Amino acid sequence: MNKNEKTVSLMLIPYVLFLIVFVVLPLLVVIYYGFTDQQGNISFSNFINFFGNTRTVGTMVYSFGIAIITTVICLLLGYPVAYILAKGSYARKHAFLMIFVLPMWINFTLRITALKEILTMVEGNIALHPFFNTIVCMVYDFLPFMIMPLFNSIAKLDDSLTEAGRDLGATGAQVFFKIVIPLTIPGIVSAITMVFLPAMTNYVVLDMVYNSTYIMGSLIGSYFNAYDWNNGSVISAILLIMIAVLTVISNRIMRGKDDQNR
Amino acid sequence: MAEKNIIELRGVAKSYDGRNEVISDINLEVKEGEFVTLLGPSGCGKTTILRMIGGFETPTRGEILLEGEDISVLSPNLRPVNTVFQKYALFPHLSVYDNIAFGLRLKKMPKSEMDEKVKKVLDIVDLEGFEERSISTLSGGQQQRIAIARAIVNEPKVLLLDEPLSALDYKMRKEMQLELKKMHKLLGITFIFVTHDQEEALTMSDKVVVMARGQLQQVGTPEDIYNEPANVFVADFIGESNIFNGVMLEDKKASFADTVFQTVDDYPRDTKIDAVIRPEDIDIVEPGKGQITGVVTSCDFKGTFYVSFIQCDQYEFEVHGFKQLKENEKVGLSIDPDMIHIIKYDTSMNHFAGRLSAYHNGVFTLAFGNSRMDLGLEVLFEGATDSDGYPVDKNGDVIDWENLQLEVSFDPGDATMSDDPAEGDATGSILSLYYIGDHYSYTVKTKNDLLYIVDDEFLWNIGDTVGVSVPAEHLSIKVREEESNE
Repeated sequence: MNKNEKTVSLMLIPYVLFLIVFVVLPLLVVIYYGFTDQQGNISFSNFINFFGNTRTVGTMVYSFGIAIITTVICLLLGYPVAYILAKGSYARKHAFLMIFVLPMWINFTLRITALKEILTMVEGNIALHPFFNTIVCMVYDFLPFMIMPLFNSIAKLDDSLTEAGRDLGATGAQVFFKIVIPLTIPGIVSAITMVFLPAMTNYVVLDMVYNSTYIMGSLIGSYFNAYDWNNGSVISAILLIMIAVLTVISNRIMRGKDDQNR
Repeated sequence: MAEKNIIELRGVAKSYDGRNEVISDINLEVKEGEFVTLLGPSGCGKTTILRMIGGFETPTRGEILLEGEDISVLSPNLRPVNTVFQKYALFPHLSVYDNIAFGLRLKKMPKSEMDEKVKKVLDIVDLEGFEERSISTLSGGQQQRIAIARAIVNEPKVLLLDEPLSALDYKMRKEMQLELKKMHKLLGITFIFVTHDQEEALTMSDKVVVMARGQLQQVGTPEDIYNEPANVFVADFIGESNIFNGVMLEDKKASFADTVFQTVDDYPRDTKIDAVIRPEDIDIVEPGKGQITGVVTSCDFKGTFYVSFIQCDQYEFEVHGFKQLKENEKVGLSIDPDMIHIIKYDTSMNHFAGRLSAYHNGVFTLAFGNSRMDLGLEVLFEGATDSDGYPVDKNGDVIDWENLQLEVSFDPGDATMSDDPAEGDATGSILSLYYIGDHYSYTVKTKNDLLYIVDDEFLWNIGDTVGVSVPAEHLSIKVREEESNE
């Protein structure tokens, strides 16, 4: 090991420590509580509790539902915006992009509070439309996270490819579906990951719009509030496993695309 | 070859910003089945013309005809024209087969017919059996061939090739040049090829279109372009040339490089000319024989010939020959009159390359030739203002004026001469004059050999020292634009 490499490894120490204290240890703690009972014995009872209970499984399905609807709406709204921003010939497209992603830097509870006021003005009693309002707030909250990765991916797309498509006889729509969409799949996958996973657990939004239904995040919150760390942890562990699986799948897709683009 | 025009450009001009024209007033005819090359330096507008024929740009003025019908605003997908792109633009998510079949699928061609066509073009580009390969596994040369296959499988009326060989290495490029030429013969399709490589253009084409600064300089066969360049730019750009300013004497004699040469071309006496001589057309003879004598300053071996430089007083001749010369050797140069190409000097306009040399309080100093003058910020940049001593454009961005290349031109009639050398922007002596009906056209040569052309109604004498003033308000100043995609 030469001197330079030594310095680099010394510099890494604080980051490694950080990772151990704030990522690895908490993970171990989650796994420990998830697979022990109240007395500290190793047990799968928390698992059985979760999957044996129609209420908790229903919550999982409901969370999935909300996350899927939010993601689909964000994608349908975000893709055209990202495309126009990335490929339009506006002198100030970066300024436009900024306007779209600016809300990302404001705390989301503040944004939701503001949106809630608007919804109240429109609807009167917002407690009457909990599901609709949840979706509106979620979409509003996550749209910038959808636009950013899509914008980056579309901006990287070489214009000569779309020109080649037109040249070979494709209409604008055919070019879009046969060339633009397939070649921006990495961006679509990472945008979906950015929205879908947080949307599954973002229960604060539901609380704020008086949606009394539970999602995965609220379930974890309520267990921990009741000092039931074991059942709370097992749900966290289940979510972690789902996130891991989705990440592996999205990495697979992206790696495949990278190979093609090389 | 049929004499029908397949493509015709009529008065075509293109401007991206509404002020500077990237190409202006292009008239061009392409015959059916021809191999036409657009040749010129980077930024000359050749790619813009190709993109307008392909449908990716719309002309600002003029029309583009395909078989007599105006297609200038037709979408690219509706034109019977296909393009081979500079960076190939193959679809990375599709196999070789799907890339080639892309256009056929859109036409809803039956699978069996499609298979057959794809197989046939792969055969033409020498990549039999590559159907199922993925694009990323192909070398640059193979990708190039697939790009060609993908275009010709659609049987276009015109194939556009945008510097398709520029990314290949030297040997590969030579090989592809010959193959493209072969393909052109085999397919009988009209090829319009864009390149900045003059050798490539001369090797491949039936017709070469030389361009510079957005204008056609010369259109002709490769032989014409090489042997009879229409102007100094073409002579200089195509191959190596010796170019000298001079003047015609009587009886097919021209004076340049302080020597009188017999010529074949004839112009009236006192016509200002440029003489162009190719380095390989000069023979080395014993000192005193030949028309001019000089001293060898260098001689380098270039593989198949020697490149020598011969200094004859203040004039330098480049000579290509098979004989090695010794440095400081005294030699005679003999030039066959047939090999001296005389080009009439354009005296209708003054053209100078210019730049901005300083900036102070909203005023630039414009420098061209030997002239320096103040130029208000707004003259070049509409809506620009001064901000804390820096020029900013109408969007508020600081203008990068130091690297701007300008073309300054003015009418000889707008310039004035004065017998007080101190009075003008530039000082020089009168080199020549002609009487043109109602006024004289003077050529004033400055100490550093720059020529100003000035019209004046009074008679001056050759050799008079004069000051030349150029009125700032009559200058036409153009920013030299790089092509948008280069």
